[in-house]
Amino acid sequence: MVMIDESTARAEIICANAPEGMLAELTHRCPLQCAYCSNPIELERVNHEMTTAEWKSVFTQAAEMGVLQIHLSGGEPTLRTDLEEIVAHTSALGLYSNLITAAVTIDRARLARLVDCGLDHVQISFQDADPENSNRIGNIKGGFDKKIAVAGWLAEMDVPLTVNAPMHRQNIDNLEAVIDLAERLGAIRLEVAHVQYYGWALKNRAALMPTYAQTMRSAEIVARAQERLKGIMGIDFVVPDYYALTPKPCMGGWASRFLNVTPSGKVLPCHAAESIAGLKFDNVRERRLRDIWMDSTAFNAFRGTEWMREPCRTCDRREIDFGGCRCQAFAVTGNAANADPACAKSSFNLGLVAMAEREAETAPPPFVYRRFQKAVV
Amino acid sequence: MAETAQYTPRTRLIITEATRPALRRFVRLHHDAGRGRTVLLAPERIVEPDEIAVDVLKLCDGSISLGAIAVELAKTYDAPELDIRADITDLLQDLADKGYIKDHSIGDDR
Repeated sequence: MVMIDESTARAEIICANAPEGMLAELTHRCPLQCAYCSNPIELERVNHEMTTAEWKSVFTQAAEMGVLQIHLSGGEPTLRTDLEEIVAHTSALGLYSNLITAAVTIDRARLARLVDCGLDHVQISFQDADPENSNRIGNIKGGFDKKIAVAGWLAEMDVPLTVNAPMHRQNIDNLEAVIDLAERLGAIRLEVAHVQYYGWALKNRAALMPTYAQTMRSAEIVARAQERLKGIMGIDFVVPDYYALTPKPCMGGWASRFLNVTPSGKVLPCHAAESIAGLKFDNVRERRLRDIWMDSTAFNAFRGTEWMREPCRTCDRREIDFGGCRCQAFAVTGNAANADPACAKSSFNLGLVAMAEREAETAPPPFVYRRFQKAVV
Repeated sequence: MAETAQYTPRTRLIITEATRPALRRFVRLHHDAGRGRTVLLAPERIVEPDEIAVDVLKLCDGSISLGAIAVELAKTYDAPELDIRADITDLLQDLADKGYIKDHSIGDDR
């Protein structure tokens, strides 16, 4: 007879299969109103947000199941007045903490307090290298200068900085200036991330979609900068997949490596997952985090390859890109189990690319800014 | 941006025998108990070094040179010092290019 401590065995299985990183959307409140915000169209209001104690319990559960890195995001996470307590808690748990901020609502003293509490890394979003255009895109007066100031304080405090620069047709021609800005600010990393089109960005797609030529040029600029800045600043490049031949391996596979908790405690396999109608998401106020990860309807819906239909089911790339992005499949084809329309094998692909090119060649409509009121459809 | 007037371009750290390497303050060698392994926790990255790389990194405290680390590990592994030195140089250059390594021999002790 083999003696196995069942609880230990189960804990080992959970840790081995647990995500290494967790995105914590502490609030959906934000002083910026970017038209491509990754938050859902239906933003969660402040009176639904989890308490400090509830968030601390989530982080404790995350650490116990094997999560190693915590991304403190929003909305704007610094609008939570308990951020210091949350950072101190994640630090005590040995979690590597990353603050993802617009950096327009934090002063030097508070930043220093967060660093004292154990904050490991800060990511600041820049909407453009041109101050006026940056403020227009975020719809915020004076935001750019505040971001520059915060980046300077981080350098003084020796806290590593990542600059995150979402790319679209209204800033893509300034990409070289964005790279220069990040280098001068002392960033150790730069994310040049072409906007992905679901949620708010889908609503604003015509205002955001770059042309094929602009997209290709951006890839060349990034490749040159990566070579020039080797050992100085790393550059991660997220391509706009409407113009790709194969889809992105979204999230490394649904419910495979990533976990997102919303302000009210809903647990999602990716930050856009709520855009897929019909999926029900469990809440950490009602179930333990590891149980939701291991065994919930939404997480199991597209896990692995069993759910796939043609052309994914027999595709030799099914374990490489996992059929692409479920949210994009739903948004464009109406069924999240279809192949990502960004894949050349999808019957929706030609129509998608033609639509993107048509939109990119037409004058951009005004932004529908991300706001709490019900958006006009 | 007034501060850009005094901007001095950063330079790539080149790892040599004389380098006294250490992990930068924001990079942590972490025992991942749940998965039974040691990882490097870094900004938005988790690197999984092999066992030998972990032994190297444990000696990277800024007090001794890469050359001295190679001598020590050549004894531990009973392997040619030149081979060990070449492997360590490759490993640390790779990590330096990710921005994770500082060199105490040139007064870089942040």
